[in-house]
Amino acid sequence: MSEKVKWSEPKGWKEIPIGGNLPAKTSLEYKTGSWRTFRPDFDPDLCTHCMICVHYCPDSAIPVVISEEGVKGFRDRIYKGPVRLETDFEYCKGCGICAEECPTDAIKMVRETWED
Amino acid sequence: MNVRELAKIQAEQGLKLVPGHRMCAGCGINTIVRTILSASKDPVVVVNATGCLEVVTTIYPYTAWNVPWLHVTFLNAASAASGVEAAYRALKKKGVVKDKINIIAFGGDGGTYDIGLQALSGALERRHNFLYVCYDNEGYMNTGHQRSGATPFGASTTTAPSGKVSFGKKEWRKDLVKIAAAHNIPYVAQASIWKVVDLYNKAEKALSIEGPKFINVLMPCTTNWSFPENLTIKMAKLATETNFWPLYEIENGVLTVNYKPKERKPIEEFLKLQTRFKHLFRPENKHVIKEMQKKIDEDWENLLKLERITHEEGVRL
Amino acid sequence: MSATKVKSTKKPLTGNEAIAEAMRQIKPDVVAAYPITPQSPIVHTFAKFVADGVVDTVMVTPESEHSAISVVTGAEASGARAMSATASQGLALMVEVLPATSGLRLPVVMAIANRALSAPINIHCDHSDSMAVRDLGWIQIYSENAQEAYENMFLAVRLAEHPDVLLPAMIMLDGFIISHGVEVVEVYEDEVMHKFVGERKPKFSLLNYKEPWTMGPLELTDYYFETKRQEQEAMKKAKKLYIEIGKELSEITGKEYGYFEKYRLDDAEVGIVVLSSAAGTAKDAVDELRKEGKKVGLLKPKLFRPFPYEEIRDALKHLKIIGVLDRSYSFGAYAPLYAEIRNALYDLDKRIPVQSYVYGLGGRDIFKQEIKEVFNELLEGKVSSEEKCIGLRE
Repeated sequence: MSEKVKWSEPKGWKEIPIGGNLPAKTSLEYKTGSWRTFRPDFDPDLCTHCMICVHYCPDSAIPVVISEEGVKGFRDRIYKGPVRLETDFEYCKGCGICAEECPTDAIKMVRETWED
Repeated sequence: MNVRELAKIQAEQGLKLVPGHRMCAGCGINTIVRTILSASKDPVVVVNATGCLEVVTTIYPYTAWNVPWLHVTFLNAASAASGVEAAYRALKKKGVVKDKINIIAFGGDGGTYDIGLQALSGALERRHNFLYVCYDNEGYMNTGHQRSGATPFGASTTTAPSGKVSFGKKEWRKDLVKIAAAHNIPYVAQASIWKVVDLYNKAEKALSIEGPKFINVLMPCTTNWSFPENLTIKMAKLATETNFWPLYEIENGVLTVNYKPKERKPIEEFLKLQTRFKHLFRPENKHVIKEMQKKIDEDWENLLKLERITHEEGVRL
Repeated sequence: MSATKVKSTKKPLTGNEAIAEAMRQIKPDVVAAYPITPQSPIVHTFAKFVADGVVDTVMVTPESEHSAISVVTGAEASGARAMSATASQGLALMVEVLPATSGLRLPVVMAIANRALSAPINIHCDHSDSMAVRDLGWIQIYSENAQEAYENMFLAVRLAEHPDVLLPAMIMLDGFIISHGVEVVEVYEDEVMHKFVGERKPKFSLLNYKEPWTMGPLELTDYYFETKRQEQEAMKKAKKLYIEIGKELSEITGKEYGYFEKYRLDDAEVGIVVLSSAAGTAKDAVDELRKEGKKVGLLKPKLFRPFPYEEIRDALKHLKIIGVLDRSYSFGAYAPLYAEIRNALYDLDKRIPVQSYVYGLGGRDIFKQEIKEVFNELLEGKVSSEEKCIGLRE
């Protein structure tokens, strides 16, 4: 089955692969972001890109890129190499571990409302 | 290896377990899986026992796995992994498979300490070349917090609850790491999600060794141990700092303790944050905490002695 | 008997050795079997082949039958051809994984040396073990003697691994009676038989990491039914393909591979239906009664799952009375083979009386004389809805 298949649409017994086999990564269609009550508010100016939040996030919802030029972070320092980007809100469940573990308090949990 | 370098390696490899799975918010298992899978530079095949990890990551038609993955039943993560390993050897001999592939089996404490113990023991004894990782959340969490062989003394679970005449589980935990080491396997370790780099190093070392390997990782369960979901890592940290969950490895019978807290915190600090131990703070149950503290201190002293005699006096575990 | 089309050697082999010989020629990648009487010699013989380098199989000695079936399931999921063997309590212990293997659509082939289930513990032959697992999605083929057991193994591997089927298969042979009895077995040429089964070409393999598949996910109420429907469809296809693959095997061996064997049935008035080795004894009884002028015959089913209802109905529809001999009870219900035969005959316009007999439990011998008495009873029209026992001390 190609990537264009939308797994969230129900399928008949003749369409699905046998034995319940599934191709990789189909869970990306399931947006767990709707589970949230609190949202992590990330302040890049306070971030040291220590990667602690990246490792502990239970949903791997904090993307990391390797930056050659570097990004500005904590106390205006330039951080090169692995740097974190904004949380992927499609999947963040709002558990708050990133905020709890951040050594520079760069992440704060904010109550999310339907308007957000 | 430090936290930043590890993140760089993982970013370069790409995610092997992608988001969209149904883990509880605050569950530590994602950290375990991504760290261990990133320790394998070669392609990986994952075999999984029934349990939290299997259920939340593969609710049809959504699978969060980006690596080949097999689930058979509850008991047989280790034996199905043995089968994969035997097939790998056979097909490599035939030339059908050419690359090195690492086989990693994941099982919860239920599927490893209790129902899967026979399969694990057999697979370790037959010396299949695979890594077994037990994510220990100290109970049958997926089915609603029933007690397992890994549940600590004094914990209140749904099948051994605390009540008017009982303080919860009356038996001590099984020491599965020593059981695995008794199979004379080359590498056994106990790790925690708190120290991610330590976990990575252990997995990397394990995957570089030929033969059966076993790693036991603590995974605090926010839902069933009952603590706020943002404290998962803090709980893992407290578990190690109170010596409730020491981090150590046994390499060819030689035991090394990887982390020695400067000052051991009293066990109450670990217990008081969890609802499953709340009943122990009642006056009639205070003796339970005393017994727990005594056993933890004894076990810690024991561990240090084992470290000394295996390193200095040639004793082998 | 028709002449063999390819070269063959006649060897004195027990049923177990014949199975091991078939496995040697099939050359599985992985074999994992746990010892249990009366199947252990299969494992011993095959292990000797491995130790002598006769086959390249990776042999795993598991610590229980549950692990044995798990190992072969894991191996098949990884794209290898894996086989096993068991009996009785071993099969019962495997029951947790048997539907998982068929649900995952992995073509494991397993030999079952039929032995009675405990309790009381008994090591001798009856069909209670394989009948207990008849609904779990495995193809089931029964063998009368060592020659059939040997040939059925090849048929089963081809049938199970067929891309339209992909269901596991079990080959039954009677414990001790066939498994340990020495017969002259015609063993065909190694290369010809190996070429007949060919190499396994799996569509899904764990070791094909470039195309990662998730096998064995959790399917909730919204998808489980569809996956099981696929399995039922595979069984339907297996029924048709059994005949086609049997025809291919006929080209090599010169023998017929139908859903069943008819022995002097076409002009018979009274017939019995019986599985496995007792059919051999029954054939002698038929011959003796025929000499006396009595028009009797027998039907020996081979393919039990998927069950060929229409074909059996057509084979039996001309009979006046039928007796069905079961080597197992289905406690609280009609004996398994009897129930299937009754079902097969239901669609006939004229109802044929069918008598249920239970015999041979726990290895109790069945004698030619006893089968002749059964025929005589049926010829006299003594049919009731009561289940009768043969050879039981009242």
